[in-house]
Amino acid sequence: MEKRVTFKGIWLPLLLVLPQILITAVFFFYPAGQAIWQSLFIPDPFGLSMQWVGLGNFEYLLSDRYYRASFVTTAIFSILVTLVSMGVALYLAVLADRLIKGSGAYRTLLIWPYAVAPAVAGVLWLFMFNTRVGVVSWYLGQLGYDWNHVLNEGEAMGLVVVASAWGRISYNFLFFLAGLQAIPRSVIEAAAIDGARFWTRFRTIVWPLLSPTTFFLLVVNIIYAFFETFGVIHTITSGGPQQATTILVYKVYSDGFVGQDLGSSAAQSVILLVVVSILTIIQFKYIERRVHY
Amino acid sequence: MAERSGMVEKRGLGLWLTHLGLIIGVLFIFFPIWLAFVASTVENQDIIRPPMPVWPGDQMIENYTNALVAGINAPVALMLFNSLVMALGIALGKIAISLLSAFAIVYFRFPFRQTFFWLIFLTLMLPVEVRIVPTYEVVANFGMLNSYSGLILPLVASATATFLFRQFFLTVPDELAEAARVDGARPMQFFFDILLPMSRTNIAALFVILFIYGWNQYLWPLLITTDPEMNTIVMGIKQMFPSGDDFAHWPTIMATSILAMVPPVIVVVGMQKLFIRGLVESEK
Repeated sequence: MEKRVTFKGIWLPLLLVLPQILITAVFFFYPAGQAIWQSLFIPDPFGLSMQWVGLGNFEYLLSDRYYRASFVTTAIFSILVTLVSMGVALYLAVLADRLIKGSGAYRTLLIWPYAVAPAVAGVLWLFMFNTRVGVVSWYLGQLGYDWNHVLNEGEAMGLVVVASAWGRISYNFLFFLAGLQAIPRSVIEAAAIDGARFWTRFRTIVWPLLSPTTFFLLVVNIIYAFFETFGVIHTITSGGPQQATTILVYKVYSDGFVGQDLGSSAAQSVILLVVVSILTIIQFKYIERRVHY
Repeated sequence: MAERSGMVEKRGLGLWLTHLGLIIGVLFIFFPIWLAFVASTVENQDIIRPPMPVWPGDQMIENYTNALVAGINAPVALMLFNSLVMALGIALGKIAISLLSAFAIVYFRFPFRQTFFWLIFLTLMLPVEVRIVPTYEVVANFGMLNSYSGLILPLVASATATFLFRQFFLTVPDELAEAARVDGARPMQFFFDILLPMSRTNIAALFVILFIYGWNQYLWPLLITTDPEMNTIVMGIKQMFPSGDDFAHWPTIMATSILAMVPPVIVVVGMQKLFIRGLVESEK
């Protein structure tokens, strides 16, 4: 789509796009180019010169046990965060949709955790499960369960998943509720008259009609789990224990900033770049066809 | 929404079970925040000897005052101010540069127009998380570590906002620009007198989303603010935990966590309609 009526001039529009282009060039494309360039070198131990290694950094990474483990960790983490937050949100949205009155009030009560930063959510959950003072871990102890996410890898993963999913429920709830309310009542009522019970109606009518929303949320939540949960991981586990919660983004940070392994960190950036490009393309291709909203 | 006929909605026992389910959900969402609030109103001794109390104590004013004025590494009031500057800078900056570039791209024909549009689009694929080390180096070379411009500028480009305004401008009737041209209005007059007022709601909706985005940034301030006086509140909380085996001062930390949540929560709840609109629009 293009405007038929336009203004004349070349310098004015160039001036208008200049701020945005300058910022993208300096802070987006130049650093991204640097990351790609650096991924082909390794710096010497004194940081004085760089040695060309071609795809050496990538070969090294892909054969590195910890990096491959980080891929698996990221996959497990993202799938769990997505399933937990979408599952709870769908459950609540279905309940709220059954109400004639009051769904708006529940919406107000449920949406505001969206505003809570992942890092703050991390601190809240850390406080509840802290091994020395946490309320939940204390009661678990009374029940005979010795909670220790500092040492236990599964418990650490569980905690970062729940903390990441918790703040995300609002977002998913909002979109699920809107999706549910967009389904024509008459279709569902017709099925009810034909004697279809709730589960049958949900399975055969609601779920298929909701699928555009579900797929959209699936993609968006995976992107969230990949790139926006750094704060949760950093506050709760710092990637531990034994790198059990080191997702890819956390590894770029810990190798690049804490470990000062620039070549490897740059190569990891490039791999992430490919991942995020694929996810963005999926998101956009899909959104072209999205009907609702 | 139209009045529903109520044929498939629940009544009687089913209605109560539906409410019960929702209330359990709401309590699950509230519980961590309730505990944080309680912890911010008691003394540290009440917390380090578990279980902590379930109801608020009488130390609220002391704890919050102590956090705001003294804090642990830096006064929390200062960190709140830093967060405010960063969030406002990012939100307003993104809106301003996106409005201008969308205006240029929609209302002018100039060389490399499509190229610029694609360059802006591609920034979607370059979140700060994938370019942290080189971006840090750029900011360091500019001498922008521990500065507001260092916190704001690298995050201020926005493909989403540019798209949104472009889409909106495309729906503005051509007659308006036509009339403006006939009246001899210059492009920028048209922009400020007609286009900008028409975009008010879109700007407000986007502002809500972008303010929260800016306020909740974590990784970027963590990298570039080594000086505690420049910490933002969201990233400063973690810095309040002692390294090693010391006990954390939980009441101060929890008061800070509550303070970190209040501004964005007020924005979301107070501008709920705009927030939902912004959320739905910006994901299109």
